Amino acid sequence: MSFFQSFRLALQSIFSSKVRALLTMLGIIIGVAAVIVIVGLGNGMQNFMTDSFESMGTNLITVTVVGRGTARSVSDDDMYELAQENPALLSAVSPTVSSGAQLKIGTETPSTSVTGVGEDYADIRQYEVGQGRFLRYVDVLRRQKVCVIGSYVSNEYFDGGGVGETIKIGGYTYTVIGVLKEKADSGEYGDDNVALIPYTNAVKLSNSGQISSYYFSAASEDVITQAKAAIEERLEKAFGSDTAYSVISMSELLDIMDDMLNVMITILAAIAAISLVVGGIGIMNIMLVSVSERTREIGIRKSLGARQRDIMQQFVIEAATTSGIGGVIGIGFGYLLSSLATKLIVALLQQDMAVTPTAGSIAMAFGISVAIGILFGYLPAKKAARLNPIDALRYE
Amino acid sequence: MAPLIEFRNVYKIYRMGDTEVHAVDGISMTIERGEFVAIVGQSGSGKSTCMNIIGCLDVPTAGQYLLAGQDVGRLDDDDLAAIRNRMLGFIFQQYNLLPKMSVLENVEASLVYAGVPRAERDARAKKTLARVGLADKLKNKPAQLSGGQQQRVSIARALAGNPSVILADEPTGALDSRTGREVLALLQDLHREGNTIVLITHDNSIARKAERIIRLEDGRIIYDGPADAERAVVQAEGGQDG
Ligand SMILES: Nc1ncnc2c1ncn2[C@@H]1O[C@H](COP(=O)(O)OP(=O)(O)O)[C@@H](O)[C@H]1O
Ligand SMILES: [Mg+2]
Repeated sequence: MSFFQSFRLALQSIFSSKVRALLTMLGIIIGVAAVIVIVGLGNGMQNFMTDSFESMGTNLITVTVVGRGTARSVSDDDMYELAQENPALLSAVSPTVSSGAQLKIGTETPSTSVTGVGEDYADIRQYEVGQGRFLRYVDVLRRQKVCVIGSYVSNEYFDGGGVGETIKIGGYTYTVIGVLKEKADSGEYGDDNVALIPYTNAVKLSNSGQISSYYFSAASEDVITQAKAAIEERLEKAFGSDTAYSVISMSELLDIMDDMLNVMITILAAIAAISLVVGGIGIMNIMLVSVSERTREIGIRKSLGARQRDIMQQFVIEAATTSGIGGVIGIGFGYLLSSLATKLIVALLQQDMAVTPTAGSIAMAFGISVAIGILFGYLPAKKAARLNPIDALRYE
Repeated sequence: MAPLIEFRNVYKIYRMGDTEVHAVDGISMTIERGEFVAIVGQSGSGKSTCMNIIGCLDVPTAGQYLLAGQDVGRLDDDDLAAIRNRMLGFIFQQYNLLPKMSVLENVEASLVYAGVPRAERDARAKKTLARVGLADKLKNKPAQLSGGQQQRVSIARALAGNPSVILADEPTGALDSRTGREVLALLQDLHREGNTIVLITHDNSIARKAERIIRLEDGRIIYDGPADAERAVVQAEGGQDG
């Protein structure tokens, strides 16, 4: 009997008892839907993360100096020199100093963090200036009391403007010279609630009086590793130890996060896949029942000349078709759940993260469900094929 | 040419705990091409067992069964399936049609297993259905037909593969006497057209429609001869009384 014939018989048999077929498929449907949603969720998280990292700048390399176990140190000039000596690797550098100083606007004290940065900071972090201008080299050099504010601060305290206004930082009066364009969502918690001042001022405001971190921008994505190595080499030379600092590139961090996410998704998907196995056992169960119910049919077919492999093929294909249809329904169901989950995430978390099922996971889910049908249909089919024709014919 | 069917001292023994049941107890006989043979006997005399062996649904415990000169005892499951497919057509008391399939699909089933291409399968199945007078019921399900019609479908199914032997086990057993007679007349026609028919029945009046009667008792042949001979009937009555 041809494959097509068996397939037609399988469809005939499935459609003649739809409710039972649906119940048989339930485990597969749930398993496939779960795998698709989980992989979709992971995929969405990955996209979301990549987007966030990209907005921070994937070329970004951060250097943190702890100065532990050594009296030696590096200066901001050393770091600028390093960037100038390696134009092919490093395109920009900026010290960053968390001043710890309180910002005061009129009588109000916003939660804004005041950070001391260099003139290239905007480029490195991919900020754009909306109004006024950014800090310049002379501001840094002369320790000008000037300040650039983020869009949150501007919206919240200056009705979206602010250039020319004065604010107080750590008791000193600063003039706002620029307002940054919205980078995140102008929210309180994010890149838009900032006040940037020359780092030379911030150092004086801070407790330690030291620059503890630098942001470098690699010249391109391809040289990130070399750029990082060059920075490490210089720091190692300066400190004579590799515990006094840490150098982290964003792309590296992204890779690490990616790996972690992948492991997590794989584990979750594997757990979901267990329900596929349970579904397979359900199929086996129903197929065994079906074989004994259809013993007479098997006997008749054998009397008509069906060989063992014909009967075998009929039942295996029926099981595979059942689980395959279950797989297709599960895929549809998974899609539905994914779009619901996306809506839920947007509504509840206010993050625009989409649960996006991948083509790979869909193909895999379908493949696995058909394979499970074949695997778990095999035993009942074997049982059917081995039936003795007269016993089968006599069966009531 | 070897006889179509040849039993050489065939036994079929069932073991039931300590006791042995000799369902077929040393039968030797031959049936030639073109014969119309009735195997008769009381219930439990071994007729169905005999037919199952002839039909390659079962194999003898001892002895040889040769079908067209070939020793069936040496064949495996799939070879037997192929022989059933090519050489044998079955008609059962309970019709044994496939309930979910249409009349046409039922008749085509053995042709599907024979690998006959679709168009030819259709043509042959339609022709045999026309032969048994059911050309207008192709699309019906078996349950939509009367008992006599269902039995005619099963006759068409047996004929479709163009078998060497048609085996009918109590084909009229489930039918009323009028439709039973019609089915029997159809078998007689098929015999006249050259088909070899082995009919199994416990009913003497039906058996006498055949040319030759083989009478069984307790798994042994007690009469083998023309259906119209005096002895066939006398012995039959004797058998019935005892
Ligand atoms: N599978 C079996 N197991 C045990 N005994 C059987 C089996 N099949 C048939 N028999 C016995 O063999 C004898 C002949 O049975 P059968 O060929 O069906 O007789 P008939 O068809 O003439 O009524 C009976 O005694 C029956 O009980
Ligand atoms: Mg019987």
